[in-house]
Amino acid sequence: AFLSSFILDSVCWEVVGVVKLWNEWCRTSSTTSVLPTDSFCLFYRLISDPTVLLCQCSCYVAEDQQFQWLEKVFGSMQKEGLQVTILSTCPVADYKTQESTLTLASPFLKALKTKEFQEQVCCPLLEQPNIVRDLPAAVLSYCQVWQIPAVLYQCYTDVIKLDTVTIEAFKPLLSSEVLKSLVKDASESTKMLKKFLTATESHNNIYI
Amino acid sequence: LLQPAVSVGNVGQLAIDLVISTLDMTKVGYFYTDCLVPMVGNNPYATAEENSTELSINAEVYSLPSKKLVVLQIRSPFIKNKYRPFCEALLSWVKGSRCARVVVLSSSHAYQRDDEQLLGTPLRYLLTPDLEKAVGGLMQELNWKEMEKVAAYPGISDTDKVLHIPGGGITKLLFTESCSKGLQMAVLLKFCSEGDNIPDAFVLVNYLNEWLQLVKSEVSASNNSTDCSSQWKIPSSWRLLFGNGLPPALF
Repeated sequence: AFLSSFILDSVCWEVVGVVKLWNEWCRTSSTTSVLPTDSFCLFYRLISDPTVLLCQCSCYVAEDQQFQWLEKVFGSMQKEGLQVTILSTCPVADYKTQESTLTLASPFLKALKTKEFQEQVCCPLLEQPNIVRDLPAAVLSYCQVWQIPAVLYQCYTDVIKLDTVTIEAFKPLLSSEVLKSLVKDASESTKMLKKFLTATESHNNIYI
Repeated sequence: LLQPAVSVGNVGQLAIDLVISTLDMTKVGYFYTDCLVPMVGNNPYATAEENSTELSINAEVYSLPSKKLVVLQIRSPFIKNKYRPFCEALLSWVKGSRCARVVVLSSSHAYQRDDEQLLGTPLRYLLTPDLEKAVGGLMQELNWKEMEKVAAYPGISDTDKVLHIPGGGITKLLFTESCSKGLQMAVLLKFCSEGDNIPDAFVLVNYLNEWLQLVKSEVSASNNSTDCSSQWKIPSSWRLLFGNGLPPALF
């Protein structure tokens, strides 16, 4: 949602690819279009700079498909000069710390980076004994092993549904080297954020 | 090569953590495979701010040239139906890198023991025939107990005896494959149950130490028994194994 609000828009980015998982569940059954945009895992490319790719993956990639996902995606990419940034969220209850998680000011951002990543990270690093799992972990493992500079920003949040506070927790990234040049203007962003908010609000009302 | 089997209580893996942490081993590589569930985290053996930012993944290789020791640490479970390909990949790596011998640290369900096994030491060993020739005598001297074979059909007394390691993960597969491939492999295991397996890890790693002498074992003067838990260094990642601090509002 952060990326949709602050970075993506239909003018500067075009859809260039899609990853379909063998057991993915799609709401529509239309199979006629070449790039079905109702797929859950889309790749966008910046029109003005085709070397910049953005992947929106809103489905859960099961553990036995993560490796194949990686091979398919990274296999078709040039690895020289490649840099990867991963954004992910996770429940704050999973965060291990000396004090109780109730007293922590969530949402908060933590980062993990591979050896080759030399730039500044926008938030503190994830301390031991915390670990990261699933697709973000698979991507970061791949990058560490194949010496690709990569950084993962994990946002620990205590809200299950999509909400603006969690989305805005990623704001420090807007000033990073990678995303600085890609940010949309502020009015567009607020409009998108409002759209997300209203979409989820209707479900919160139990009195209809 | 020293490695754990992902087994009951994760005792093998905990014991390996102790070895890597105490001997301050250097990471030399990754065992990159699609057979294990992916995970990442910062250096689990960090001792200071400076060395705490190195990324670790789910299977890594450490070495200590002075003791000719290479250790493989596995940090996540197998993906469904992938344990066999993993064993094959592992054993072909062992053969290809001309590893002299392999020691697997493992564990087995304590509740599956028979009446005789309930008495005495909960530690067992297994040696492939090729390793038996080399160190079989030493095991006798150390007074170690070999893992018993059990009846294929319990209750019926005159059936064949087979090797059975319940809860041992890939231990049995690794062992039987090594026997048939002529590899020198030893399995050291402890009977235990899920729970706080830190004491089990210490027992297992001290058992290993009786043979490999990785660290000096101190003899406590007061009660004349070997009190070995003090010379192993607990890694920083073992903190908070059982959850966070409690919310003050609870009281």
